[in-house]
Amino acid sequence: MSEARIIPLGSKDGRARTGGGAARRSRPPGSSDIERGTGVDQGTGKGAVGDEVVVGRRMTEHLAVENRESDPDPDGPTASGASEANPAAAGAGSTHPVAGDGGSTFPRGTRGAGERATSAGRMHSSGHEAGDVDGEPVSAVREPVAGLGRGDPPDDPDVGPTASLPSEPLADAGSLEQALAGFLAFLRRRITGDYVVDEHGFDQDLTENVIAPLLRPIYQNYFRVETRGLENVPDIGGALIVANHSGTVPMDAIMTALAIMDHHPAHRHLRILAADLVFAVPFLAPMARKTGNTLACQADAERLLAGGHLVGVWPEGFKGVGKPFSERYKLQRFGRGGFVSAALRTGVPIVPCTIVGAEEIYPMIGNLKTLARLLGLPYLPITPTFPWLGLFGLLPLPSKWLIEFGEPVDTESLTPAAAEDPMLVFELTDRVRETIQHSLYGLLMQRRSVFF
Amino acid sequence: MRPRCVLVTGVSRPLGAQVASAFAADPEIENVIGVDTIPPRVDLGRTQFVRADIRNPLIAKVIGAAAVDTVLHLNVIATPLGAGGRAVMKEINVIGTMQLLAACQKAPSVTKLIVKSTTTIYGSSPRDPALFTEEMEPRSLPRGGYSKDAFEVEGYVRGFSRRRPDVTVSVLRFTNIVGPGIDSPLTRYLELPIVPTVLGFDPRLQLLHSEDALGVLTKAAAQDHPGTFNVAGDGVLLLSQAVRRAGRAPLPVPSPAVVTLGNLVRRSRLLDFSAEQLGFLAHGRAVDTTRLKQVFGYVPRFTTSETFDDFVRDRPIRFAIDRDTVIRAERGLLDVLARRRLVGTS
Repeated sequence: MSEARIIPLGSKDGRARTGGGAARRSRPPGSSDIERGTGVDQGTGKGAVGDEVVVGRRMTEHLAVENRESDPDPDGPTASGASEANPAAAGAGSTHPVAGDGGSTFPRGTRGAGERATSAGRMHSSGHEAGDVDGEPVSAVREPVAGLGRGDPPDDPDVGPTASLPSEPLADAGSLEQALAGFLAFLRRRITGDYVVDEHGFDQDLTENVIAPLLRPIYQNYFRVETRGLENVPDIGGALIVANHSGTVPMDAIMTALAIMDHHPAHRHLRILAADLVFAVPFLAPMARKTGNTLACQADAERLLAGGHLVGVWPEGFKGVGKPFSERYKLQRFGRGGFVSAALRTGVPIVPCTIVGAEEIYPMIGNLKTLARLLGLPYLPITPTFPWLGLFGLLPLPSKWLIEFGEPVDTESLTPAAAEDPMLVFELTDRVRETIQHSLYGLLMQRRSVFF
Repeated sequence: MRPRCVLVTGVSRPLGAQVASAFAADPEIENVIGVDTIPPRVDLGRTQFVRADIRNPLIAKVIGAAAVDTVLHLNVIATPLGAGGRAVMKEINVIGTMQLLAACQKAPSVTKLIVKSTTTIYGSSPRDPALFTEEMEPRSLPRGGYSKDAFEVEGYVRGFSRRRPDVTVSVLRFTNIVGPGIDSPLTRYLELPIVPTVLGFDPRLQLLHSEDALGVLTKAAAQDHPGTFNVAGDGVLLLSQAVRRAGRAPLPVPSPAVVTLGNLVRRSRLLDFSAEQLGFLAHGRAVDTTRLKQVFGYVPRFTTSETFDDFVRDRPIRFAIDRDTVIRAERGLLDVLARRRLVGTS
């Protein structure tokens, strides 16, 4: 049955993730970045020289990548292609491990691919038209699931609950019934603790069924986030997304994660590297771990990247998120370049990401430094509305957001030993920073207004 | 090298008893000596029980007389209540280890030393990486209790291996061991009808099945694996998830009140809770077991969740929210839905 098929299929996928994954990175047909780069030069004049250098480098890189891509990869594309092309089978098969606790014994790749497909089904069944891309596979998922449900009657109390999703008999039912069945199955999993949490504490079930639906209205209707360049984010394998940080409250990280989860063709989960403060705050700490955040440290970053995850990092940290409004869209120091050495050691591409709009959600016009120090916080903002309007002041301004993923900075031509060369690490760090800064200027020039 | 004469300390405790019985059942091992201060409650086969305190130099005579070649030191204990107070516990753990190591150093027959340590030496803090590897240091040195004892014990063991480089020294850092017959603060805690948790936190737990603990210890004795190894089951469980799996109800308590509550519970002798466990209940801890699997060559048979489910099955738990009841309720509701739909369409 399909259950028997998923295991070899998915495990092949798992291998492909760690192995020849990077070669499959899709590139945009034209290098739009370069055009934008020159446009920026006229506008700012400031970084003109640096930009030319960057562009030149990027061109050579582009050629190098093209060479590599023409190289036929023996197993990478075929293995992953098989599993990507057949999400329906993967999803149907993995309804078993998803519902059951046995899922934890499967290789990571299997679970990832399988659950993504089912989760797409779940999202869809709850009546939410989240991803426009998953329309096709989802309808395909429903049929085999229904067949499966009728095939094994849930009489065995030990196997039954884990093996059959109760939504199965209702698979062809109306959308309301289906949504209810999905909701009941979710409740059952939550009450009996029947879900898998990865070693970093990431609870995919909760993230996809509770957290993401709660955030989606903010994403779609409040900030009206527009994404560009999602094709620069690889479908499989590890990659490090590096973005600018702003907005007093790290809303930009949450929105970027949701952008990739909902709009990237592979619906990947962005694993965010968060500051240690996050894990010390009650309620925030467990929520951060459950939604896939982990501590921003070398060990965790390298573990996730080596495991083929998509990792997001905001290297400016508190300096960026808590900078005064007058310094908006001016990138701060990019940490100590730890993210570059993590990417070099694991050989994953660095995808620069530019977020426009987050700066205006809480314009920080003052900082209560003494009180912040008393409370152990990095800063305590004063905005035009906070604390003057009390709780109402906590409402962010409804700025219009743009998230652009740039062309990956290739790290594959460099060996892991390059991570031990501080000069090279600094240089790469600066290059990523410059790229994001220029892209920021470009996007700002295209923006008509802050709110529309 | 295969061991011929094995000495096991802490043999009256469940894990020590299991290890001793396993060695006693192995015909290649000529002699098994079990040492503890109280007689074992279970039959240990042909194990010779020596009632001795490892804090006493007498232990040197035992090792010398029997020409012991392999020493398993399992007597680093975590429970002050069981030991008779924190001071006694520290005596047993630290002074006992020092005496045992001194005796081993004097005994030329000893070729292997296996020490049961704990992953609590990594501490628990919000600044911890998701998984600790063996080289990582705790964020702050343990201030007291079990983790401090284990930290000091490991220090003395390192000193011993410097002075006796010919002895194979394996330090095994076990995570919380759970299994049939295992009675530990964590099992007691998870057995409470209502489980108090720290409000606003949900720690990651990692468990090791007692069978895997036994497997690792016997493998360490049978083969030579010098070094330090984390020993834990695969995967993690969140505390909230564990509580739900056991069908229990959690009772979130604000962290300042947890210590007070813990002291109350401790006075009632219901649970051996000490303040140092607060960090663990808030932040949890998980370790990386790559070295165990690849260098040591042992893959735990039970994952953390399997271990926990085994533990729940093993103990009759009252006041439980029954898993089957939940499933039946769900089925019932779905049936109602399905029937309503049939009526609606026909």
